[in-house]
Amino acid sequence: MIDPGTLLLLPILVPLATAALLLLMRGRVRASQGVALLGLVAMFAASAALLVDVLSSGVLATTMGGWDAPFGITLAADTLSAVLVLVNATIGLAVGMYAIGDLDESTRTLGFHPFFHVLLAGISGSFLTGDLFNMYVWFEVMLIATFGLLVSRRGRAQTDGTVKYVAVNLVATTALLVGIGLLYGLTGTLNFADLNGKVALVEPGAVKDGVAMLLVLAFAVKAALFPLFFWLPASYHTTSAPASAIFAGLLTKVGAYALFRLLTLVFPQTAGVAISPLLLVAMVTMVTGVLGAASQSGIRRILSFHIVSQLGYIVLGLALYTPLALTGAVYYLMHHIVVKANLFLVSGLIRRAGGSFVLADLGGLYRRAPLLALLFLVPAGSLAGFPPLSGFWAKLLLIMAAFEAGEVLAAVVALVVGFMTIYSMAKIWLAAFWKPAPDTVPSPPSPRVQVLTYAPVAALALITVVMGLWPQPFLEVAARAAQQMLDPTAYVEAVLGGATR
Amino acid sequence: MKSLILDNTMRLLVWLMLAFSLFLLWRGHNDPGGGFVGGLVASIAFALLGIGRGPEAVRSALRIDPRTLAGVGIALALVAGIWGSLLGTSFLKGHWISVGGLPLGTPLLFDIGVYLVVIGAVLTVVLALEEDT
Repeated sequence: MIDPGTLLLLPILVPLATAALLLLMRGRVRASQGVALLGLVAMFAASAALLVDVLSSGVLATTMGGWDAPFGITLAADTLSAVLVLVNATIGLAVGMYAIGDLDESTRTLGFHPFFHVLLAGISGSFLTGDLFNMYVWFEVMLIATFGLLVSRRGRAQTDGTVKYVAVNLVATTALLVGIGLLYGLTGTLNFADLNGKVALVEPGAVKDGVAMLLVLAFAVKAALFPLFFWLPASYHTTSAPASAIFAGLLTKVGAYALFRLLTLVFPQTAGVAISPLLLVAMVTMVTGVLGAASQSGIRRILSFHIVSQLGYIVLGLALYTPLALTGAVYYLMHHIVVKANLFLVSGLIRRAGGSFVLADLGGLYRRAPLLALLFLVPAGSLAGFPPLSGFWAKLLLIMAAFEAGEVLAAVVALVVGFMTIYSMAKIWLAAFWKPAPDTVPSPPSPRVQVLTYAPVAALALITVVMGLWPQPFLEVAARAAQQMLDPTAYVEAVLGGATR
Repeated sequence: MKSLILDNTMRLLVWLMLAFSLFLLWRGHNDPGGGFVGGLVASIAFALLGIGRGPEAVRSALRIDPRTLAGVGIALALVAGIWGSLLGTSFLKGHWISVGGLPLGTPLLFDIGVYLVVIGAVLTVVLALEEDT
């Protein structure tokens, strides 16, 4: 049995070590592709081992450098963290494999894979860190890696998207730093578990609520909530298909995860102050996202706006703050990351088969690529909430939770936005698959590329189907994560009880 | 664009900034500073060189590809962390050896790693953007 410290470290260290190796063996393309895949498989295995351990023996925690919590750097994993780390590794494996098949020589030599692995390490780190300052550090790691991935494709549109992305994120980061500074001034600690007790001792009032709102604001930008979402549709469609898939699947969800941590573990008592606007924000986010999508004509721009709308659902779960709603939100997170990353990969396949991301230039793919049509229908149907796919259960749970909490308006908005999602998905379907084919179509890529790009898409589609047909085990895990969020005693004890559990 | 003023001041500034970045790295051991800030200051020095004389000048001044620097940096930082694990203590635990009375330890190794990662990563991006035009 591996000790808990190592178990918590591996999902961060494996991708970092892979990145270091990949940087040092640049030029040897085949060998570095092998190392990249091997690293992803190892990261997946380590993350699966972590989840198994957390599910069987409860919250894990460890500290770095032999300094005990709350003074040392803490890593901790409850069910929520462990699940998301495994989802991250799953998407990483799928996207990494797709990238090996998809990216041409120029993008690859500029360094997609090293930055990609650093990004995976950053995401794992954000999910596993046990204190707010290190969460900020991991956000910076993610930001730098994202920056690298965005500029690894050159061109005016790419640079434009990159600048918007980085500028908005720097503002958010500044708000986060100010919030962290104020919180440290109030409590003298930044360790989540320690804050859980210390924040309760702070006199309620404007300062405490202000600090909470500043941090919520920073994470809301990262999570692309209304009205701070505009950087997302401006940048995601400019990069390569695999890079946009990892951004779409995971980056905003890290912001959502941070909101969950903040409002359940650090500020549960003042949650009310932040929660009441969050309910409104969630509803408006859902509606603006789906309306924005309806006005777009490029596949990836449509999908980008849908990220925004879907985040509204996830935050709705947090805003309702009931066991059922949080269970629904965690299930929604799992479902959404898989589906969204998959749709962006599919959009890359559509571009390969039809030559464009723009709906007007596409057509006839149903006849020419029937397998691709099926692989689009699964995630698209799931996103729109068709039974029996995963999206159906996700939406059902949240709408039930909204009715249960007496928030009828939120339930109605969630339902209507679900219907409007069908409209966007149908638009892509009609234009890319059913419309007659344009005059010129690109020649199909080599069989090796076909296998490497179709296999991960099919695997993610399979996960979506399995999550829809056998939701029970996934729901049980989600319910457990929700229960740990509502009662963080186990987390606090695991962290403050000593270096080991 | 060539500028005589920039070209001449740069000669002094780049060296000054590089020296200052090393000072920050060294000072970071016990006081505010460290590999991250030091690396950023060094990157700015090279970026300034790039603005004045173009990206080729930066590449030849560096001698090593920035991506290799980043790779070496990550590797050094990882070694500094795993060192503690291998000696049976926790990850990132500091261990020291004495070289002629001067104690050298894994925290310094870690900081040098960070220093190199920051220079490597920032310059990779900066050079990619500058060579774009």
